[in-house]
Amino acid sequence: MSADVADRLVAFVAALRAHGVRVGTGETVDAAEATAALGFADRGLLREGLAATLLHSTDQRRLFDTVFDLYFPRGVGAPQDEPGDRDDLRDRLAAALAAGDEAVLARLAIEAVDGLGGYGSSPGAEGWSSYQTLERLRPQTLLARVRDDIRSRGGDVGFADRLLEDEIRRRIEAFRALVAQEARRRVAERRGRDEIARRAVAPTADRVDFLYAGKDRLAELRRTVQPLARRLATRMAARRRRASRGTIDLRRTLRGSLSTGGVPMRPVLRRRRPARPELVLLCDVSGSVSGFSDFTMLLVQALHDQFGKVRAFAFVNRIDEVTGLLQHGAADPEGLGARIRAEARLTGYHGSSDYGVALGEFVERYGAAVGPRTTVFVLGDARTNMSDPNTAALRQISEQARHVHWLNPEPRPQWGTGDSAAPEYAELVAMHECRNAHQLGVLVGRLLPV
Amino acid sequence: MFTSVDDVSARLAESGYLASPAVATTVFLADRLGKPLLVEGPAGVGKTELAKAVAEVAGARLIRLQCYEGVDESRALYEWNHAKQLLRISAGRDETWDETRTDIFSEEFLLPRPLLTAIRGDEPTVLLIDETDKADVEMEGLLLEVLSDFQVTVPELGTITATRRPFVVLTSNAGRELSEALRRRCLFLHIGFPEEELERQIVRLRVPGIDAALAESVVRVVGALRAMDLRKAPSVAETIDWARTLLALGATTLDERVVRDSLGVILKHQDDVLKAGAKLDLDAV
Repeated sequence: MSADVADRLVAFVAALRAHGVRVGTGETVDAAEATAALGFADRGLLREGLAATLLHSTDQRRLFDTVFDLYFPRGVGAPQDEPGDRDDLRDRLAAALAAGDEAVLARLAIEAVDGLGGYGSSPGAEGWSSYQTLERLRPQTLLARVRDDIRSRGGDVGFADRLLEDEIRRRIEAFRALVAQEARRRVAERRGRDEIARRAVAPTADRVDFLYAGKDRLAELRRTVQPLARRLATRMAARRRRASRGTIDLRRTLRGSLSTGGVPMRPVLRRRRPARPELVLLCDVSGSVSGFSDFTMLLVQALHDQFGKVRAFAFVNRIDEVTGLLQHGAADPEGLGARIRAEARLTGYHGSSDYGVALGEFVERYGAAVGPRTTVFVLGDARTNMSDPNTAALRQISEQARHVHWLNPEPRPQWGTGDSAAPEYAELVAMHECRNAHQLGVLVGRLLPV
Repeated sequence: MFTSVDDVSARLAESGYLASPAVATTVFLADRLGKPLLVEGPAGVGKTELAKAVAEVAGARLIRLQCYEGVDESRALYEWNHAKQLLRISAGRDETWDETRTDIFSEEFLLPRPLLTAIRGDEPTVLLIDETDKADVEMEGLLLEVLSDFQVTVPELGTITATRRPFVVLTSNAGRELSEALRRRCLFLHIGFPEEELERQIVRLRVPGIDAALAESVVRVVGALRAMDLRKAPSVAETIDWARTLLALGATTLDERVVRDSLGVILKHQDDVLKAGAKLDLDAV
């Protein structure tokens, strides 16, 4: 294997590692063998070969593909031919969308970025923007034209016709992704691949920041709930099994050794009560943090059989019990947040969150839900909108409960800025930064009692 | 076993398995690098079929270990034939203990189970470890030894090493998270739902006699259903079932009534049926 290829491969692996994919040296060697066996002639084969040797799970694939496109690009530099103008591009794009021809679409994406995406004044361009390309090209406005085109050719009658619009929409979506990929490649050529790989690659779903996740990323995030819950459940079951074996009870071992003249023949193990933890969730579901609390509630719902009892309460500035809405199997994840907001009484005179009032009301109305076996999770950013944080209420909860943990989706440096009452609360209960699904998984796994 | 990726595709196709480029590439590499292949993906996309097809084209014997909760060493590896051992002991009453003891732990009384069979065989073998995620964690430890060195230790007989490495396929529905150690020993392949074009070919291959236009409509509707985020998205097996059903119903094109009546073939939950019905504008499902 030439040194150049080896370097490329190692840099590629390093970029994957930087995004949290665990690749060992063994796998890198396998990948090298795979490239040797497959050759570089067919890029598609190379991609699949590297994926098979380097990846271990499905959710890393999207990240892998993006990084792969940077390190093993489809082509180098600008396309050969003069770029056509916008109308010409649109015409050809419409034709390609109607035909569903992926090869042509890929070529058009390259041309479009070259012709429409460049900005800056230096020769060629300073950079390429997929946003600008798509703004000028507006592929989404071609929908009606493509549809009429297909229909006019009579290629589509009958039942499947009603699927047509959705199919065209999916093709347009795919084209937009191609444009983004091409723009990334061009920028990477100019500014160095490693840097772009570090900065411009969307993270895997479990590392998307809850507070900034867009709608499509939230949907993807929801799909990570099941695997994450399964992983946690396996881990918790294993921990419970280990814990049930118990540790040595020194006092009873020595007591038992009296009959053998002080020689501890039979170690006595400390018994654990096989109680499943009870869990109470207090979730801020106001707009700013709703993605986070929805996701956490889904996770807890998926973990349902790990707990003796789960009660969930949602609040904005009034608090209400939403356990019923979380019943296993009943919730469709998409509508969960909306249903909670529709069916529970969460707001009083105004619509912004008020932790002080909500915590106070919780203590008053549902104080009995918290007992010595309960672990309480409070989910929210602790932004009180300048009202009284009511630390007394939280103190009372923490005195009644076995553990209280506060999960805060804001980055730690922002705690205490503006109207955040995080430091006040953090003095009373353990507060953890919890910005993405990965962190949440780690935290839940660590914090939940056996 | 294979000379190139194209060779894999072509030969699998001959045996009736249409492989996507990803599948063909990974099979080729698994063969070339001599590593086990871990296949994940939703139910019904052809994970088990792949192992069967590889066995067929390679002219290899297929040995299958079906995993389930509680599958253990004696089910997976080997056990001693106790009944036969007892018979042997009671048959030779007048010999010394030493003679008997060495005797009853010999090959003759060993019952090889799938893993041992696959390792001992000297003909080409495909070992299919099906639904690995159903087995307990302890089972994975056992697999680690077998899959990394292709050897098994029987205390009374010593270590048995494979003379000819079997082609190993592990399948999993991701019902449980497999350990990192096991994953590292394998090449990883995710089989998802196939591309439209490939699925059309699969339908036409598996349901001979289906009209090309009908096959296309079927695949398009299934594609639309998969985009709907249902509880259980229809998989290739369901597509084929549906195509067969339509053929049996004598339908030549899809229309509202036919789809409505047969939606239950592809969707397995009532709320999915309702959701799909609403999105496809079927009145009153």
